[in-house]
Amino acid sequence: MPMIDIDWLKDHVEVPADLTYEQLAKDLVRVGLEEEEIHASQVTGPIVVGYVVDATPEPQKNGKIINWCHVDCGPEFNETDENGNKVPRGIICGAPNMKAGEKVVVTLPGAVLPGDFKIEPRKTYGHISNGMCASERELGLGDNHDGIILLRNYGFTPAEYDALKPGDDAMHLLHLDQPLLEINITPDRGYAFSYRGVAREYHHSTGAAYVDPAIEYGEKAPAATGDPNVKPDIEVIIDDENPIHGVPGCDRYYARAVRGFNPNAHTPNWMRRRLVRAGMRSISLAVDVTNYVMLDLGQPMHAYDMDKIEGPIVVRRAHEGEKLTTLDGKNHDLSTEDLLITDSPNGERGSRILGLAGVMGGLYGEVTAETKNILLEAAHFDQVTVARSARRHKIPSEASRRFERGVDTQLQPAAAQMAAELLSRYGDGEPSEHPADVNNVVFRRPIHFKASEVARVAGLNLDVNRISDILTDIGCRVAGGGNGEFSVTAPSWRPDLNEPCDLVEEVARLVGYDEIPVTVPPAPVKGAVGLTSEQRHRRQIANELAEYGMVEALSYPFIGDEEYKEFGYDADAIKRVSVEVANPLAGNRPFLRRDILPTLAGTVQLNLRRGLENVSLYEIGHVYLWDPNAPAIPALPGGVKPTDEQLAALDAGLPKQPMHVAGIFTGLAENDGWLGDKRPVDWSDAVEAVRRIAKLLGAKLTLDQPAAADVPAQWHPGRAARVMAGDTFVGMVGELHPHVNEALGFPVHSAAFELDLDALFATLDGKPVQAKPISTFPPVKQDLAFTVADTVSADQLEQVIREAAGDALESIELFDVFTGDQIGEGLKSLAFAVVFRAPDRTLTAEDSEAIRKAIVDKAAELGAQLRA
Amino acid sequence: MRRLQVKERVLVAEAQFDAQSVTDAVTDGIAKIENASTSEELKSIKSEVISALTLASKGIGALPVDQKKDAGKLMSKLRADFGRAFGAKEAQVKADEEAKALAAETVDMTLPVERKPLGARHPISKVIEDVEDFFTSMGWQISAGPEVETEWYNFDALNFGPDHPARQMQDTFYVKGNQAKDAAGFVGSNMVVRTQTSSDQVRALLTRGVPLYIASPGRVFRTDELDATHTPVFHQCEALAVDKHLTMADLKGVLDKLAVAMFGPEAKTRLRPSYFPFTEPSAELDLWFPDKKGGAGWLEWGGCGMVNPNVLKSAGIDPDVYTGFAFGVGIERTLLLRHDINDMHDLVEGDVRFSEQFVMGE
Repeated sequence: MPMIDIDWLKDHVEVPADLTYEQLAKDLVRVGLEEEEIHASQVTGPIVVGYVVDATPEPQKNGKIINWCHVDCGPEFNETDENGNKVPRGIICGAPNMKAGEKVVVTLPGAVLPGDFKIEPRKTYGHISNGMCASERELGLGDNHDGIILLRNYGFTPAEYDALKPGDDAMHLLHLDQPLLEINITPDRGYAFSYRGVAREYHHSTGAAYVDPAIEYGEKAPAATGDPNVKPDIEVIIDDENPIHGVPGCDRYYARAVRGFNPNAHTPNWMRRRLVRAGMRSISLAVDVTNYVMLDLGQPMHAYDMDKIEGPIVVRRAHEGEKLTTLDGKNHDLSTEDLLITDSPNGERGSRILGLAGVMGGLYGEVTAETKNILLEAAHFDQVTVARSARRHKIPSEASRRFERGVDTQLQPAAAQMAAELLSRYGDGEPSEHPADVNNVVFRRPIHFKASEVARVAGLNLDVNRISDILTDIGCRVAGGGNGEFSVTAPSWRPDLNEPCDLVEEVARLVGYDEIPVTVPPAPVKGAVGLTSEQRHRRQIANELAEYGMVEALSYPFIGDEEYKEFGYDADAIKRVSVEVANPLAGNRPFLRRDILPTLAGTVQLNLRRGLENVSLYEIGHVYLWDPNAPAIPALPGGVKPTDEQLAALDAGLPKQPMHVAGIFTGLAENDGWLGDKRPVDWSDAVEAVRRIAKLLGAKLTLDQPAAADVPAQWHPGRAARVMAGDTFVGMVGELHPHVNEALGFPVHSAAFELDLDALFATLDGKPVQAKPISTFPPVKQDLAFTVADTVSADQLEQVIREAAGDALESIELFDVFTGDQIGEGLKSLAFAVVFRAPDRTLTAEDSEAIRKAIVDKAAELGAQLRA
Repeated sequence: MRRLQVKERVLVAEAQFDAQSVTDAVTDGIAKIENASTSEELKSIKSEVISALTLASKGIGALPVDQKKDAGKLMSKLRADFGRAFGAKEAQVKADEEAKALAAETVDMTLPVERKPLGARHPISKVIEDVEDFFTSMGWQISAGPEVETEWYNFDALNFGPDHPARQMQDTFYVKGNQAKDAAGFVGSNMVVRTQTSSDQVRALLTRGVPLYIASPGRVFRTDELDATHTPVFHQCEALAVDKHLTMADLKGVLDKLAVAMFGPEAKTRLRPSYFPFTEPSAELDLWFPDKKGGAGWLEWGGCGMVNPNVLKSAGIDPDVYTGFAFGVGIERTLLLRHDINDMHDLVEGDVRFSEQFVMGE
């Protein structure tokens, strides 16, 4: 993002002499140019102007010639000799351009240069070098390291140069002490990618006097005459056979020649300094000037060697199979959407590619160190065309960054004029008066704007005239206004202003968002208030599991082969029904989970790896069920309500994404510390969690334990059950398969559960509980122990007892499970404590005996025998 | 049994009232009581004295009539004297004994007792619930949209055209489509993993209609690697109100109230001009956070603005009649600010030590 240099900003807008970068950042953010960072100076002094009193060449054994110099650094910084007199500093300098009589830049001991390069006195080549004469590169001013900085060549007038005294602060002289403000530009504000635009925004924020530099250049720029007898500098043809969205890739192409340019001319130092501070390299005067104009006005430009180019220039789309090597040396296979600048060697129209329009030039046609005649290109390219090409070829250039946000459609002659003037002043070039200008820019329709919109949308009650003044100040042409309605034509540099709401924003931001009053809308009355029952249930479950002792986690839903393998999934099968991310961050986890457990397991592992024990985690989140046969999702335009069929098609193609809850238990379930009780987790902890959830929701969940062969591979074949709500499968509970626990590094018998909450919630009727009356008659308590085959589940037997006991049963609790020799092979003992109570009378001994008999008879049908 | 009865009869027959002897017995008993220190001692003293008194009582019957009255008086006095002395001592001894017993039961109450330790909610979930509670308390509804979402709801309906530069800025996870379908003319799946909870805006408008006041919290995804300040999976809460007569002033009012709910009574908000495709005017949302480390100050909290008419049109709502405002705040950002969390890793990794700091509380 752009760097703002106050010194440069001053060219276009009056800033206070004492403006700090902090204050500038505050001023700009008020109108929407956000501070990214204030870059502090990378250099600390002392760095001073030095006068080379003498320089004695001393050839070295290795063939190098170094100079032993004495440099006058002014009374304050000179050395003190043995007699106490101030004398010039002794400095060793290896630069070939060092000679007596030059004014140079001396970095003195204590100075720190970019890269944390500390200057200290050092012994070298048999002398004590008491400082260093610096090159541009050493000071971070540019790439030049061919020699030291000779201030004579540094763009000062003779009078200014004469005034430079040894000991003068060179930090200030070279702007080394200046910070820079880096700002963020939102995508709608392409014009703020220029000093011209930022200066205008500074004016909007502070009211400082602003002059649009494009106006004067524009007035001076020669127009294409249209006279067929006047030959333009070059013929230009725009031939777009493949516009994107019907918008021509180029609607303006302005080209102007600058002839007789001195290829040896140097970029003035002030310009080089500004470019370097803006983060650009100084390359050559011609290239530097085009970059400078781009940074200043916002118009990306290109400079061609006119002698290498054969007209006409043709702006066209690439053909199938064409290739281009861009300036950065990279090769690109071109797409038929890429817009090209081409020329026409040997009369073959558009046959040679000069560059990718608005993105980057090619190797051919570029200005070089020999170029005498320059052709300047200033064009306007379509935002979408440039954006797609830059993205396709991964070239986020300074030019493309501006074009894809929108460049001023009327700026081209002014930009070329400014560039021509600079090339003329610093490179002796002769600007042509016969530019080529193909201008197909479509006039923008004025916006019909009711001043009342400002109040209706922004809540600001402003005078109509104030609204009109603000719109005029941002560059709009404002007509009408008598009845509070305007016809507003947006300025050519604001392609983002198209709708009344865009103008509301401009008015609101220039008045200041702080001026908008503060109100609170009254509570709406439509529809139900509060959380839905599903939202409440989700919270209840989350809180319950935390109270049960588990810790909530939120794992990333990304998953891949490693997790599939650990969890014993058939990877190929599960991938076919999993959502796959096209551009995953981690190449080994491109899929989205279908169950929470495998990703939650990763979080458990992280905790175990960090030396934590007894880790029991739960997660509530979504899973993603890909349907390979789902219909395709249509691409639809925004801003229009789709038909009901289209809306249905959007949703029909989306994967189902039910909400699940899952939990994993490892380590100790009970650890009473000094109290002494310790118990490792097992299946029962997971079952209890599920039962608590069921009870909490009033859900009738039962466990259906499949035969070992039917248990999914993730689960222990003898310690896993399906959780059912009636006939609806809602999840699994039990111990993870020993292989899974081993693969995950979990302790044996680590247990888990996972429930589909969407499915579970759907089974709840949501009706209020119908309370039973509470009987105050005395209970009858009995313990019943049965011997029953292993294959009969406790749940089955309990159901039978409940049925047989009927309404008189108040509670039933399994209090003992026992197997062993006393019971017999293949049998177990299940003991229940049952409580009977009648609602309307005291149960007699006969009553309870009858119930007991009914239970025993019914249990016998399951093969259960009452133990004596 | 029978023999015993015989013996008693013999005793009764021998009973003789001796005033001196019974007085001595009681005086002696009272003296012993003074020195007794256990219930057992008291019991045996009592039993001796009672025997003496009983014996004397029985002897009264054999006394001449004129002596009976005096003897009765004496007996009453002796009983009362003994009873008083015994009662006082018994209460004292019992109290001493109880104190001793309780002292023996003393425990170190500071021993850690955690038979059923509490687990912990994740702070992200808790903050989402806090935000939900804020909105429901204002009478708004809580909505939710799918995480794997169509590009239309995530982008196009929100005024991000296919080539919108902001669409490229979003660092979107795209979802692979079915190749056969691509050949049939669809480029890609037209599906993304949503980049913003704003994707629920047009869904809510279409399904719930206007006037609409909803908050939609949830998970969003961007292609940022996990580091100290970024995470590819994070949480936002979108708020959307569409009604007649809503202005940016209402937006500011709701934001200020939310700031106070989340950051305390001195918190407030500030808007800075910015850009989002789905709002116009748009603003960055800054929070004045009084408890900011290093001193109160403004911090970036989210984005907001007035709903762009194109978004309303995507839902078939007339922007000349209805206006609306929308804002989004980052849940992680809220937590980082509020709890002085310096590293995103702590927030997303699921280390139990992190969540346990929050347990179930604020």
